[in-house]
Parts: sequence; structure tokens; C-alpha cells
Amino acid sequence: MSWFSQFLKSSIGKKLIMSLTGLFLVLFLVVHLSGNLQLLSDDGGESFNMYTKFMTSNPLIKTISYVTYFLILLHTIQGIMIWRQNRGARASRYAVSSTKHTTFASRNMGALGTIILIFLLLHMYQFWLQMKIDATEMVVYGDYEPVKDLYALVAVAFKQPLYVIIYVLSMIVIAFHLRHGFQSAFQTLGLNHIKYNGVIRFLGNAIAILIPLGFAFIPVFFYLFR
Amino acid sequence: MKLTLKIWRQKNNSTPGKFESYQVQANEHMSFLEMLDVLNQDLIESGKDPVAFEHDCREGICGACGVVIDGQPHGLLKGTTTCQLHMRFFKDGDTVTIEPFRAQGFPVIKDLVVDRSSFDRIIQAGGFISVNTGQAQDGNAIPVEKEDSDASMDAAACIGCGACVAACPNASAMLFTSAKVSHLALLPQGEVENEKRVANMVKQMDLEGFGNCSNTYACEAECPKEISVENIARLNRLYFKSSLASE
Ligand code: HEM
Ligand code: SF4
Ligand code: FES
Repeated sequence: MSWFSQFLKSSIGKKLIMSLTGLFLVLFLVVHLSGNLQLLSDDGGESFNMYTKFMTSNPLIKTISYVTYFLILLHTIQGIMIWRQNRGARASRYAVSSTKHTTFASRNMGALGTIILIFLLLHMYQFWLQMKIDATEMVVYGDYEPVKDLYALVAVAFKQPLYVIIYVLSMIVIAFHLRHGFQSAFQTLGLNHIKYNGVIRFLGNAIAILIPLGFAFIPVFFYLFR
Repeated sequence: MKLTLKIWRQKNNSTPGKFESYQVQANEHMSFLEMLDVLNQDLIESGKDPVAFEHDCREGICGACGVVIDGQPHGLLKGTTTCQLHMRFFKDGDTVTIEPFRAQGFPVIKDLVVDRSSFDRIIQAGGFISVNTGQAQDGNAIPVEKEDSDASMDAAACIGCGACVAACPNASAMLFTSAKVSHLALLPQGEVENEKRVANMVKQMDLEGFGNCSNTYACEAECPKEISVENIARLNRLYFKSSLASE
């Protein structure tokens, strides 16, 4: 296995890990958002609560969720290590440094990622942990078994303006992370060709805008209309 | 034209450096290096230590003359080395900050001169082809696709100046290494040793203390030879192949 560990420790190997985990997390965000949009349906939380019940009990989905936790951890640890190493590669800083040719996002992936991490911890504490420690109420829909009322938890949280603001700001941070990250991941994979660079850039920008916008819409909607 | 120069002065790599201000009288026809020559003449005549800077060809082909001018390696002009930058791009009364390339892989020797032998060691690790001496072969006996020879020539334009490292927020040497890998990899004579070459050159690049590429593309924008980051994607592909799918 030494050739493999050597590959993973090389600068390009580390980048491959960032790229693959990053793209997996983008996929996760798409699935997560499409599930969460059920919060918007006007049925007192039935469809959303039944959906979370399914997501937390289906063995296949449970396995995927453990893979997701692991990959977030891997992406985060690797990202922080790369960031530290990159800072070390220029120990003496420029007095004047030009930012003319680089985007804000590309220069600040480490900082953006760290903010995302802090947000994730808050987010997990607020919803995931409360559900895990059974701090939620139970509700019964029709003839089904009682399910956890995660919908009520969300509805209460998003009546607080502070949370709404934190969530919206965090989504802006994710937007920037994705704006650079998506196309960067393809370059890392070695996919750079005029035939499809335009498509990748377009898709990256669309994803970087639409996913965070979708997520940010939920707290704002709850605050204003529920 | 009269300029104020803020120049990084550093005795050697073990002494901390600092900026010193100088006034210089230049004219717009001078190159940037000629303007520094004028400054140094003034310094020598007044018994002071002249500013050390590197230069050789002064015609934009050797890659020796890199310094960072107002935050940009080789200055503000696109696709141009410091020696080819002329003073007409500055205005009378300007203050210009001149610093050395800053990277762990490029330790300062003196003032604006940095040690770029890390690049030489990357080349020594694999930036060559092995050929036996003897009768030269007929060039036309080996067909090369036009597209490949064009891409190879574009990569071969790299003059090893190090501006890519200097411009990169991570001080990464990926553009240089990828150019040196690409110009050989695309031709039949170089392709033979691709896997070993890529593995060894990337290994040496990592050993030299350069940062990891974040795809900011600052390198491509500042490269005096406008080497494309497509070469970095090619390097990545070749490295994956060499590490994960080699024979
Ligand atoms: C939902 C969350 C996240 C998603 C979807 C995501 C996505 C991505 C993507 C697609 C990339 C580009 C990979 C490449 O350049 O090859 C990336 C890079 C990066 N991510 Fe994330 N990320 C997330 C969370 C985080 C977190 C929590 C951190 C924590 C510090 C982080 C730190 C980084 C860093 C430092 C990079 C740049 C790596 C480099 O310079 O090559 N990310 N991310
Ligand atoms: S890639 Fe460009 S900037 Fe880098 S060493 Fe070669 S010529 Fe200089
Ligand atoms: S002195 Fe040779 S490129 Fe400038």
C-alpha cells in the first residue's frame, strides 16, 4: 500500500481528496435541499416529518449519512492542513500584494470553509442532536406510528431573527465556497478543455447561486409566513 | 521623470530585511532594469551599497530578472518580463514598491535576488529525455501531430523565471512543473519516460517546500510567457495515471 499512501500524501493526491469529497458534498447539498423544500408545503409538517423518519430509519440512507459525516470530516481536516501548509509556503508576506487576477473566493477557501464548519456545528447541534437525544415532541399522522416532530423544531428556530440572519449569512459563505470550489474540483481532476470549460463554469455558477438561495429561502419563509 | 522607490534590502537569508526609500531620476525610454542601473550608479557614487538584482539577457528570454513590482511579479504589464517593462508605464512622481519573490522554495540571497535552484532540482528529477549519442535520426521519421507539437511548444516557452510561484497565494510551483512536464510529455521522444518523469518531478516539487495548488490561476495571469493552466490539468492527469494506473 505504500504507493497509495505516498500518492495520498503528495500535493496532487491531497488535492484529489479535496476535489472528490467536495463534489460529493455538493451532491449531498442537492439531496439535502430537495428534502428540506418539503418544509414549505402547507400540511403542518406531515410530509417533512414522514420524510425525516424515512431518512433516519432506512438502513441504506443511514449508511450514506455515515459516509457523509466521514467525508465532511475528511474534507475539513485535509482542507485545514492544506491551508496551513500553503500559508507556511510563504512565511514572509508581501508588503504590496495584488489581487487583480484572483477572485475573493479562490483566495479565501480556508476561511470560508472554517465559517462553514462553525455553521455546521451550530446546525447539527440545533436539529440533528436534538433529534438524536429525543428532545423533540412526537406527532401522529393518520394510522402511522408516531414520528418525531422535527418540523416544529424548525418552525420555532426560524421565528428567531438571529437564527434567520445566521442561516442566510452562512448560505452566502457557502455560495462563495462553491463558486470557486466547483470549477476548481474539475481542474484538479484534470478536466480542463475548451470544449466543456464553459459548461463547467456555467453549472458551477448556477449551483453556487441556486443551492444557497434555496436553503436561505426556508428560514426567511418561516420567519415571514409561518 | 522622478520616482520614489521603496526597495526591499536584505543582507542575506539569515538577516531580516526591510524597505528603504530612494529617489531616482529616470526617463520613459529606459527599461525597468536600466532605471535600477541609474539608481545603483547613484548609490555607488555616494559610497553606498548598490541594490542587488538579477538579470542576464535583458531581452525577455532567460528568466533571470524577476522581481515583484507593486505586488505583481514582473510588474503590471501582461506577458512581459521585468527587463522588457519600460518606464513609460509609470508616471512622474510615482512611488514604486520593489520586493523579491517571496516563497520558502526561493530563499533570499541578497536584496531582490532569490535562490531558484529548487527549480533546477525539479528539472534534474526528470525534466529531460534519455537519448543515446550517435547519429541523429531523420526528423521526419517520427510523425508528430500538429496540435501536440503546438501545445508542446507553448509549454516549452516557459523560461523558468518563478513568477508563477511568486504570484501564487500558496507559493505553488505547479505551473512551472506542469510546463516542464508537458513540453516533453506531448512528444514521442518524451512520452516514453512520462510515468517516471511525472512521479519524480512532483515528488521533488513537494520536497522543495512549495505550497499546494488551489486553482486561483494567479500564475497564468502573471506568467511572462502566458503559460496556460491547462498544463496543470495535464500534470494532474499524468500524475494520476503514473500513481494509480501505471504498468
Ligand atoms: C457543505 C459543505 C462543503 C462543500 C459542498 C464544499 C465543497 C468544496 C469543493 C467542491 C471544493 C473544491 C475542491 C478542489 O479545489 O479541488 C472545496 C475546497 C475546499 N474546501 Fe470545501 N466544502 C464544504 C465544506 C468545507 C469545510 C467545512 C471546510 C473546512 C475548513 C472546507 C475547506 C475547504 C478548503 C480549504 C478548500 C480548498 C482546498 C484547496 O485549496 O485545494 N470546506 N470545497
Ligand atoms: S510558468 Fe511562466 S511564470 Fe512560471 S517559471 Fe515558467 S515562464 Fe515563469
Ligand atoms: S533579463 Fe533575461 S528575461 Fe529579463
